[in-house]
Amino acid sequence: MPDTTVPNAHSNQPADAHAGVYRYDEFDKTFIFERVEQFRAQVERRLKGEITEEEFKPIRLMNGLYLQLHAYMLRVAVPYGMLDSTKMRRLARIARVYDKGYGHFTTRQNIQFNWPELKDIPAILHELAEVDMHAIQTSGNCIRNVTTDQFCGAAADELVDPRVYAEILRQWSTLHPEFTYLPRKFKIAISGAPHDRAAVQIHDVGLIAKKNGAGEVGFTVYVGGGLGRTPYLGTKARDFVPVAEIIGYLEAVLRTYNQLGRRDNIYKARIKITVNEMGPEKFIGLIEEEYARLPRQKYYIDPAIVEAIEQHFAPPPWENLPAVSAKFEAAKAADPAFARWTRSNLSAHRAPGYAIATISVKPIGGIPGDIEAEQMEAVADLAERYSFGEMRVTHEQNLVLAHVKQDDLYDLWLALDKIGLGTANAGLISDIIACPGLDYCALANTRSIPIAQQISERFADLDRQHDLGELKIKISGCINACGHHHVGHIGILGVDKKGEEFFQILLGGDATQTAALAEIVGPGFSYDEIVNAVETVVTTFVGLRQPGERFIDTLARTGHAPFKEALYARA
Amino acid sequence: MLVKAKGPQQSVTANRLIDGVGVWLGAGNQWVERVADAAIFEGEAIAEALAFAKEEEKRQLVVDVYPLDVEATPEGTRPLHIRERMKAIGPSVRRDLGKQAAGPTPAL
Amino acid sequence: MPVLDHGREIEDRWTDLADDAALPAEGGVIVSLERWRAERDALIARGQPVGVRLKSNQLATELVDDLAHLGVVALEFPKFRDGRAFSAARELRERFGYKGEIRAFGHIIPDQYQFLTRLGVDTVVVPADRVGPAWAHALNEISIAYQPALQDHGTVSLLRRHVKAEIKG
Repeated sequence: MPDTTVPNAHSNQPADAHAGVYRYDEFDKTFIFERVEQFRAQVERRLKGEITEEEFKPIRLMNGLYLQLHAYMLRVAVPYGMLDSTKMRRLARIARVYDKGYGHFTTRQNIQFNWPELKDIPAILHELAEVDMHAIQTSGNCIRNVTTDQFCGAAADELVDPRVYAEILRQWSTLHPEFTYLPRKFKIAISGAPHDRAAVQIHDVGLIAKKNGAGEVGFTVYVGGGLGRTPYLGTKARDFVPVAEIIGYLEAVLRTYNQLGRRDNIYKARIKITVNEMGPEKFIGLIEEEYARLPRQKYYIDPAIVEAIEQHFAPPPWENLPAVSAKFEAAKAADPAFARWTRSNLSAHRAPGYAIATISVKPIGGIPGDIEAEQMEAVADLAERYSFGEMRVTHEQNLVLAHVKQDDLYDLWLALDKIGLGTANAGLISDIIACPGLDYCALANTRSIPIAQQISERFADLDRQHDLGELKIKISGCINACGHHHVGHIGILGVDKKGEEFFQILLGGDATQTAALAEIVGPGFSYDEIVNAVETVVTTFVGLRQPGERFIDTLARTGHAPFKEALYARA
Repeated sequence: MLVKAKGPQQSVTANRLIDGVGVWLGAGNQWVERVADAAIFEGEAIAEALAFAKEEEKRQLVVDVYPLDVEATPEGTRPLHIRERMKAIGPSVRRDLGKQAAGPTPAL
Repeated sequence: MPVLDHGREIEDRWTDLADDAALPAEGGVIVSLERWRAERDALIARGQPVGVRLKSNQLATELVDDLAHLGVVALEFPKFRDGRAFSAARELRERFGYKGEIRAFGHIIPDQYQFLTRLGVDTVVVPADRVGPAWAHALNEISIAYQPALQDHGTVSLLRRHVKAEIKG
């Protein structure tokens, strides 16, 4: 297939040469193609009956391949959410050639395809390998794709670039011989800034960068967070692990978990259960014992290694710009719809004259996170024109262009709006996280997407959304909580009630550095009632709020009682 | 979530190994692609059909074999549980995809 | 049952002994941890090679005082998905410096073979109907390993290549 990257007008470099992605060297390329061939052989053995489905299942899962309700589903890793335009165009091609013309961004910053055929998977993996991509460990009882802050390398408050350590951990965890048959899946999130945009406390291990008294950089380590049927926030295992020791410390965490995690009951096999059944103090004590005796020198990350990896994520060549752009200010004044988008979808950039733009993949009434192949290609074009050919996938199922000149923002937004990706709703009530639910998932009890669509349509008026302010709705179609309902300001959980879909409302969750788990307010609502119930919660908030309060601020002040009363008094 | 079949009338479903497409055991132990054509088994025939399907799994034809509760309607076999109707129809949020794109399916 | 070493079937010098089976007059035997504990002195006094089987829920630490007497430690995979033996092997080699044979038995698939050898497992016991070229092949399918393995004495191994690449460039 021809190389589709467009050369940059000013040089003969590809247009995404400065994208902040890790570029494979010979080792990585050798590895990834060997892995593709290994899976090709495994598929052949499966089709010939040399391995059973029971034996094949964990193998295909570790290559990202699920069997869902209607078809197989392939989950492709987007390491810590980073894409360049070459990769994005390849994803578009895969959607078009091997799937049904679209993909779906997930809460773990990955992308999944819902209709591939088993016989085509080796070919798809080969096409991915050609652009330094894979589907390794996007499923299975192993260390999954490491996730991070979607504003990394651009946010002003960053202590370390989390991509450097996410990449180090990606390499360390790839086909780790000891930790590939764990009791259950294992998710790691890293935040390089004290302001946690990576929801680290709801992960099996969460790392938040911090400086110690001597000014050295390290990570605070949280262990045993997770959602699912028994949600826990992570317990702080160590306040400070120097960055150079992080692999050694994680070896100790994983070894302790691999030996002591429960294997008798799939619902009790995550590390959060081990930590909390044993008591966090005892478990953390065991980690420390293991850490004290393992050959730490072997796992020490030499600063020279860090420096070498940092070069992959070197800041792109930002121009020296004035902090204020007259062009940007004029466009905001002239076009209120653009001004509205800038209020919800822009974040502060560390370089003067630049901004971070969130591309909402939540059009009003759309399927959260779904993107057509044509849209992927259009976004790749825009990324090349306006953001060094780089894109990020967020855990809220949106995209980010991290380095946009303020001068270019109006043109960018006009172009996004034209392809249905210009909705001014990032962080607002229609920016909903929803799991695939019963529409696709074999585990779900209820649908999730149509509820998101109906809420989005009910609050379609963007001025009303902006008036409501930050309000995060998160919807899961079953207790496994892939839609993060436990940490939604308003969480919705689908349950099966005698073969009928019912939905519980939870209030008060928070996935940021002030992490909190939401609580169920009361009995569930039917499919036809749930959107009205959400609107009742929202109008109750509007009646109660004081100037400047967000939904969770009001909720924190008033407690659940007035909301409960509004929801159930009429009954 | 998979719901255990316990009614008097059951069909047997699976996904085709090679492409993952949902199939049901039809007349003459042939796999069919439309739930309306699924054979309905009662009594001991349920276990026999299931045993046959498991053999088909060993022959690398299908995976994830399980029984489901159904009823007979004038339009053909209809699953009783919403999950199984969804499997027979396709995603309710993409009417252009799945079984529903190819022909009539039961109502959700 | 066939025993594989480096992907090839070898002659097994060990007899896997059930708890109620009589000790043979000659030759090495592998016994359960329970039997080892009950008959430790007799088994040592027998003057023949002896080894212990560990179930997947028995940690390597159980054998810390016995390793000097043991010619083999056999780690069980009750199901191939139960990966505790991977940690047991590493603990035996890295933490306790065990130099004898480590073997894996039970439900193991070829796709795990390379992981096992990287963690210090020498031999794998495989049902006769599962012996085939897949095992030897599995050792060579992937030539790159991203983590420090047991024989590795450097620091985080492959990550070093980034530094080297930089110096070269």
